[in-house]
Amino acid sequence: MNLRAQPSATPLQARIWQWLEQVSDPEIPVISVVDLGIVRSVEVTEGDGRPDGQARCTIVITPTYSGCPAMGVIASEIVAALNGHGLQQVEIRTQLSPAWSTDWMTETGKQQLKGYGIAPPAQRVIDISGISRKRLQAPNVACPHCGSSNTICVSQFGSTSCKSLYQCKDCMEPFDYFKAH
Amino acid sequence: MSDKANYVRRLGDNALILSQRLSEWCGKGPALEEDMALTNVALDLIGQARMWLTYAGELEGKGRTEDQLAYLRDAHQFNNLLLVEQPNGNYADTLVRQFFFDVWHYFMLEALCSSSDARIAEIAQKSIKEVTYHVRRSADLVVRLGDGTDMSHKMMQQSIDRLWMYTGEMFAADALDAAMSDQGIAPNLSGLQEKWLQHVEEALAEATLQSPAAGAWMQSGGKQGKHSEHLGYLLAEMQFLQRAYPGASW
Repeated sequence: MNLRAQPSATPLQARIWQWLEQVSDPEIPVISVVDLGIVRSVEVTEGDGRPDGQARCTIVITPTYSGCPAMGVIASEIVAALNGHGLQQVEIRTQLSPAWSTDWMTETGKQQLKGYGIAPPAQRVIDISGISRKRLQAPNVACPHCGSSNTICVSQFGSTSCKSLYQCKDCMEPFDYFKAH
Repeated sequence: MSDKANYVRRLGDNALILSQRLSEWCGKGPALEEDMALTNVALDLIGQARMWLTYAGELEGKGRTEDQLAYLRDAHQFNNLLLVEQPNGNYADTLVRQFFFDVWHYFMLEALCSSSDARIAEIAQKSIKEVTYHVRRSADLVVRLGDGTDMSHKMMQQSIDRLWMYTGEMFAADALDAAMSDQGIAPNLSGLQEKWLQHVEEALAEATLQSPAAGAWMQSGGKQGKHSEHLGYLLAEMQFLQRAYPGASW
């Protein structure tokens, strides 16, 4: 359920969605906040009829991981980007529910991750319905470099909250895997 | 309303104190991957602590922020479980502590996902995804080290025997637990205990480790603010900056 400007969007709303596609994740600069699926909605009050004549907008975003330090940077980069396009009244609202999921990542986003050397989520949203050991095995992930599925999970936690560390046993390259969430 | 504030603060205190403990391993993990895993888990927990403590401050209605709750309370005003404040010890101690906590945390959050309080349910639904990954790792390592070398097996068993007495408190309901359970805000703890025991015993059996005998003596007091001597030292380090430079911010 990744979002984009809806058919009912006003021209300004549609432009804001396009501008947001230029704002990237500070830790994974190839993917935009829209393709990452963290922008939930864009609300706009047009300037007509307001004393200052300026439009106001509220961008609703949903955090990826609870402790992800990139969220603060993302919020300020969104504000800066929209300011740069002449929108001065920008508010960022954080929404917890429904919780962010990698299912909201766009196909474009997944391809961009792969091109950057990060294997995209290998399964749909993480199964939280139980913790039996069998259920919790690390998933099989294809190597983003050579495509082989002969890979092993080296560490379930990688360089950022959202990734695990894998290694390909065919081309021997280590790689990051973006965990399903 | 203040009951709910106190309850939510307990949840925040558990995440905050364990996060602080895990952060002590930063740069000192036995392998780079372990160092990163421990600090990743610490990061998830600090994020969760922020959500709980922010909500606790709002419910309390005295204008206290997450930071004030974290940095300006003394040991007896914390209500975390004794388990999470236990020192890191050797690596087996850290892992066993984490495993016992992760399994409790998972089942607790699973129940809180359907809390009658919408905000609690929302925070739980966000957190349980992260905690599912925490259990995956800690259970995996308990099995690998328990069913590993003679030395790793022996150390894991010693840690289990040492830390077991701090697990009873997770399921010993006090008046606040009972009130929250009656209102449908939080789960009944005896149901939780059954699930926890079954899961922990299965993992320990797979790890060729012995579960301590049923009915073992259990330590308690953390939820009521009666802590082991370890918490004061932990707070001294965690709170130093705000105590030395009150109101400092950046």
